[in-house]
Amino acid sequence: MPKQTSEIDHGRRRALKCMAWAGTGLAWTMAGGVPFTTGLVGGAQAAPVPVPVPATGLTFAQISDSHVGFDKPANPDALATLREAVAGIRGLPNQPAFVIHTGDISHLSRDEQFDAADQALKELGLPIFFVPGEHDVLDDGMGAAYLARYGKGPNGKALGAGWYSFDHGGVHFIALVNVLNLKAGGLGNLGEDQLAWLADDLRAVADSAPVVVFAHIPLWTVYPDWGWGTDDGARALGLLKRFGSVTVLNGHIHQILQKVEGNVAFHTARSTAFPQPAPGSAPSPGPMKLPADKLRGALGVTTVSYRPKSGPLAVVDATLA
Amino acid sequence: MKRRLAALLICAFVPVARAETVEIRIDNFTFSPAEVHVAPGTTVVWVNADDIPHAVAATDKSFRSKVLDTEERYSRTVAGPGTIEYFCSLHPHMTGRVIVDGGGGQAAGR
Ligand SMILES: [Cu+2]
Repeated sequence: MPKQTSEIDHGRRRALKCMAWAGTGLAWTMAGGVPFTTGLVGGAQAAPVPVPVPATGLTFAQISDSHVGFDKPANPDALATLREAVAGIRGLPNQPAFVIHTGDISHLSRDEQFDAADQALKELGLPIFFVPGEHDVLDDGMGAAYLARYGKGPNGKALGAGWYSFDHGGVHFIALVNVLNLKAGGLGNLGEDQLAWLADDLRAVADSAPVVVFAHIPLWTVYPDWGWGTDDGARALGLLKRFGSVTVLNGHIHQILQKVEGNVAFHTARSTAFPQPAPGSAPSPGPMKLPADKLRGALGVTTVSYRPKSGPLAVVDATLA
Repeated sequence: MKRRLAALLICAFVPVARAETVEIRIDNFTFSPAEVHVAPGTTVVWVNADDIPHAVAATDKSFRSKVLDTEERYSRTVAGPGTIEYFCSLHPHMTGRVIVDGGGGQAAGR
């Protein structure tokens, strides 16, 4: 369906784009901790699948890997696609309460890239909670520029390299930083200070509270040959074992991957800038160059909904096309 | 006359051999060659041929390049002898090694 829209007049194209935004993509719902596909929509024969909208409860959106400043052939204008993602979220019938950005806001940690990203994200008119990606800590101060801009966190509570937690709608949110002090030959890294803080932070949280953890690099080992994992991620997950519902949201790999282990659902989001290949399917994890009319079908954002007493969180991905 | 020319050529060659440059390309998230033997005084140049930025950092933290965008380069003259282990500080699974052993710039381990 998105392919046909280019032949349709402007007004109609707009309407179709909105529809596509609301319904396109792989929709996952979770029941009893096991997520399953409710439908792959956007195909010619598939009927639109309604996005699960909680009557009451919490909905938030995830933007990841906007790489503002990236201008290579895979996407000559990463700012434009970020703006489209922002417009898509603004057009959602069920407005999220806030947005999380799971890192790689900028491509090279330059002030003008952060500025442009901030300008585009401001259009959301929503609170945004950030964690840095490795592309956001490339300044001489190794993250000082990120910290100066985003390091206060919500209510000035961010600590260390910018980690923090907050509560919203009965959900406990934890923002972790795993892109600093990386060791040769290693993967993402949380470090002792952050793990100690996490253990302390969780002490006051009831087992029954749903927990959402977000960080840039996947906390689970996706594909170590490409560095897709976090060396001490298992220690963080160990601290989360006693909770009945844990949702782990990551970015970094520019594609949707997910799995469920016990009470923990892992999910990675698409990028708004460029796609990366499936693990091991290419010589390297470098940007995938798609034909121009295919790019937006590989970019997107994620929406997460939680309704109290209704089980695990529902995670829905939507593409830009 | 001929002998003098030969002598001149030898003189000219000595500094060239000493100030040798060895290039390490960063391509497909790999340092290539990943291991290189060089003579003391060699200038090692890393060139980023990927369309993703990389950075070169010594494992012992003795040096760290700025971030290298596509086609940007970073060079270091190595004194040696010894082995310099390094990695990409953005993508730490990328590792490499420069062995300074008077090996006359012979690259190994392509
Ligand atoms: Cu790298």
